Amino acid sequence: MQCAKCKKILFSIDFEQNLRVCPHCGHHHRLPARKRIEITFDEGSFVEQDASLQSIDTLGFPEYGEKYVQAQQKTGEKDSMLSGHALLEGNKVQVAVSDFNFMGGSMGPVAGEKVTRTLERAAEEKTAAIIFCASGGARMQEGLASLMQMAKTTAAVERCREASVPYLAVFTDPTMAGVLASYASVADVILAEPKAMVGFAGLRVSKQAGVSKVPDDFQMAEFALNHGMIDRIVHRKDMRATLASLVEMLGGRR
Amino acid sequence: MANSFNEWEGPLIELEEGISKLREVIKREPDALKRASLEKRAEEFESRRDRYIDLMYARLSPWEKVLVSRAPKRPYTLDYINNCFSDFVELQGDRKFGADHAIVGGLAKLDGNTIVVLGHQKGRTIQERQLRNFGYARPEGYRKAIRLFEMAERFRLPVITFIDTPGADAGVEAESRGISEAIADSMLKMFELTVPSISVIIGEGGSGGAIGIACASKVMILEHSVYSVIAPEGCASILWRMPERGADAAKALQLTAQAAKEYGLVDEIISEPVGGAHRDPSEAAALVRQNILAQLEPLSKMGAEELKVSRYEKFRAMGRFSEK
Repeated sequence: MQCAKCKKILFSIDFEQNLRVCPHCGHHHRLPARKRIEITFDEGSFVEQDASLQSIDTLGFPEYGEKYVQAQQKTGEKDSMLSGHALLEGNKVQVAVSDFNFMGGSMGPVAGEKVTRTLERAAEEKTAAIIFCASGGARMQEGLASLMQMAKTTAAVERCREASVPYLAVFTDPTMAGVLASYASVADVILAEPKAMVGFAGLRVSKQAGVSKVPDDFQMAEFALNHGMIDRIVHRKDMRATLASLVEMLGGRR
Repeated sequence: MANSFNEWEGPLIELEEGISKLREVIKREPDALKRASLEKRAEEFESRRDRYIDLMYARLSPWEKVLVSRAPKRPYTLDYINNCFSDFVELQGDRKFGADHAIVGGLAKLDGNTIVVLGHQKGRTIQERQLRNFGYARPEGYRKAIRLFEMAERFRLPVITFIDTPGADAGVEAESRGISEAIADSMLKMFELTVPSISVIIGEGGSGGAIGIACASKVMILEHSVYSVIAPEGCASILWRMPERGADAAKALQLTAQAAKEYGLVDEIISEPVGGAHRDPSEAAALVRQNILAQLEPLSKMGAEELKVSRYEKFRAMGRFSEK
């Protein structure tokens, strides 16, 4: 196989051992949600919750039904978000992980509900919440209800704050639009993977808005870091240890 | 967009011009008999106009609602502030970086009580449109809103927000200064409020830019306003790579006030004067004021915790899915 970025040939064993980061150029390839969970949390500790949640296509939106089924077949997931709890170096944490392969990780009522439940469980149980973002934004096929997930999830962050439980967000490629402009941006600590796309509007939308010249690193994690929007950029191999020490230091230990 | 709106309203405008010309002629006509007959003609035209308006507005398509919601003559936030409240004192600046005139806000009086009011503001003249950035708020606008929410909380004042934006500013500058964080934090601050809050969507409820200041205990929407996760043109361009298919996207998105109410995503619809708010802005403002007062009364009697919990539960229930 080839690196998606530098196009160099990669051996799949090396590639997997390297957590799907290109050994030549360091490009962090996107990960399916379950793979992310596997490499981040204590082995076999993830207990999935809310697993049966599915969209009911409230609007009967054109082609959505077919696309939804296709995405389910392609990913083996019910929707774009996995939620549950896991152990991180022995500490229980509530986790939600977005899967970009499922319709661009878009947030409709299902993903919004799973994020909300994750944050609520964290607040109730006084355990830390960790959310991995990978999303193009709100899911337009579910209309206004998707926009309302921005409000709903953000309100749930407020619950964590009141309960003084740490909420950590990790921006992976890409973290955009309605997700970035809601629960993702109000985490206590925000980490990002190198070169992850992080931005409010897709470049196409920005260009429609009359933006012609953009900086080279525009809407990348590095740009967000340089503009004070995130705390750290963390290499995939260091993510687990970084999250574990943050959870420990912020007292999300149980 | 303004053109297509006018085009669609074309026959109506022609009819109205005809009527006003006829009225001029009547004024100058010396012969009483002829005057009476012309008078009759004019009244006929007027009733035809009213029937036409009724007919058109009773069955506006989603796309026509988009056009009405964007109509240049539609009352804007400042029109409502000036007509619904008294003694408005504008407060400016985010105290952090700059002044954003796409969101205006300040203090005002409603029935003798002080309130905090803010909302998106579009412009009518070319200069004002530029000043207001066409209603596309920048991070500073949301940070000004946050500042005003905090002030409302400190002084125990109810908050009223007006929503009328095509969306938040998506340019490089806005991105550099954290437009996403500003919107998210503004929502968070609204959810922290323990004073009554009401949002009214008066025109375009455009995606993240709209919800950023629309997380109120009661959310109302004017009859011909729209509220959408994405602009219909943007949706069409993503779905079909054809932004000109906005009308199809508007239909698919079900972005009307009526659909929002049906799905439980807004609390109330506020009726507009016949032919839309732009036909009678002062009547529209009177209706908005009346509805605000009606909603404010029960909210004012609720305790801090009750306000927080009921608002949380309301948004918590939004969005349907299956779980087996």
